[in-house]
Amino acid sequence: MTRFNAWNVFKNGLNGQTGWSRQWRDPEPKSDYDVIIVGGGLHGLATAYYLAKNHNINNIAVIEKGWIGGGNAGRNTTIVRSNYMVPGNHQFYEHSLKLWENLSHDLNYNVMFSQRAHVALFHSPGAKDANARRYNTMRLNGTDGELWNLDKLKKNIPHLNYNDARFPIMGAAVQPRAGNARHDSAVWGYARAADSLGVDIIQNCEVTGVKRLNGNIESLQTSKGNIKGKKIGFAVAGNTSRLWQMAELGNLPIESHKLQAFVTEAIKPFLDHVVVYGVGGAHFYISQSDKGSLVFGGDLDWYKSYAQRGNLPIVQDVAEAAMAILPSIGRLRLLRHWAGVMDMSMDGSFFICKTPISNLYLNAGWNYGGFKASPASGWYFADLIANEHPHKYIQHHHLERFAQGINLDERGAGPDPKLHG
Amino acid sequence: MKEVQDQIRSCTVNMIRIKCPYCGERDHSEFAYGGDASIKYPALDASKDEWTKAIFFRENIRGFQKETWHHLNGCRMWLEVERCTLTHEIKSVKPCHPELQKIMASSK
Repeated sequence: MTRFNAWNVFKNGLNGQTGWSRQWRDPEPKSDYDVIIVGGGLHGLATAYYLAKNHNINNIAVIEKGWIGGGNAGRNTTIVRSNYMVPGNHQFYEHSLKLWENLSHDLNYNVMFSQRAHVALFHSPGAKDANARRYNTMRLNGTDGELWNLDKLKKNIPHLNYNDARFPIMGAAVQPRAGNARHDSAVWGYARAADSLGVDIIQNCEVTGVKRLNGNIESLQTSKGNIKGKKIGFAVAGNTSRLWQMAELGNLPIESHKLQAFVTEAIKPFLDHVVVYGVGGAHFYISQSDKGSLVFGGDLDWYKSYAQRGNLPIVQDVAEAAMAILPSIGRLRLLRHWAGVMDMSMDGSFFICKTPISNLYLNAGWNYGGFKASPASGWYFADLIANEHPHKYIQHHHLERFAQGINLDERGAGPDPKLHG
Repeated sequence: MKEVQDQIRSCTVNMIRIKCPYCGERDHSEFAYGGDASIKYPALDASKDEWTKAIFFRENIRGFQKETWHHLNGCRMWLEVERCTLTHEIKSVKPCHPELQKIMASSK
């Protein structure tokens, strides 16, 4: 693999760009591995990378039923933030943000991380108080956060609907270090970096069965034959329940719901921040990509589904929310629109934990928040697989927390998966 | 126009149409989704383990599942719907309340 640096860019500029090698190999699976990660999304690839880099394990396979980054890694709205409050969650997401800050250097691949600030609007004194509490909690824990009054907000984003909004804008809770990254670059960067450390990334390899031996998992039956693994990690958010049941482990505190996202035609620079609007049943988040398209999303489709396509009532809801705060985008056309299948967990928080099978490890339940979490998810999942012991930040992110009554319910929405947006 | 319709179809799924036993067939946007209708809540004095399983753990079926829908902007009846979570095809719809089921059946 040719490293990206100024010298190589210069050299290849002179020789017609012929000196670059392919970014990662396309190997056939070996018969056995020390660790098999199921799921070639961002979480799986990051896990493989940190297993190799931090824990010196090199005989690793990442197996993916389609192509890497073709699931939720390629279906999100690319927002990265760490405005979490519940103990465990805030340290975890703050670490993730710190990893994002240096990810391009670490991976030698430009993930186009842009810390453009995450601006969450509020519309009532009550919402202001709730945000002040959340952002003060974040500040106490070393995360940046500030409240913008209306004057400052108008100065920074002059074209929001300040005139006749149904819910007048009063200000915003802002995390300046938050922003966006390029989702495909993160996938390719992790794949390339993991591959260069010896990880086999095997695409078009679907797990069709799980073979048990003496209580452990002996091998995975796949569309490319049986593959043995000493340790197995599941990182297949959206389809976790299916794999879990293949391993005969019963039910999970997860439901699969679909979440839509939208892209408009490209326009000139228009929106410099990530803007979030949520009041009176509306939920809307928007940013502008480097190509100029506006990328935005809203709520789940509200009913359980494994279909990776959205339904039209939500298109209408999201369009209404868009018009409520940014009426100036009303004449833009939607170019693309898609849905991804989310693992919606029973308390809105994720799982990185051991399982009833001693050589199986679980990474699941990412709700709306998987993209920003992926570096830390890989970091702590790799740590758990290598050291057999959860790091203190994720010590409560296990499946027993519901029986123990220590739910990590950031929104306080209760045990209904569709409400944890 | 047909091209536009085809394009919309290629990236969306059709509106789910639910045949309400009282109101007739309506768009799902008239209904509110409840949740898994297969859950059997245990007795009040059942063990903590049984309650944990009933409240927090789901089969999360990829295929036909029983689920509840509330006809919120219609007759407000709670319905038990058998629907495929992959294709959204609906097999059966009936009132959740067993007495209503009987009344509906006898009035046919």
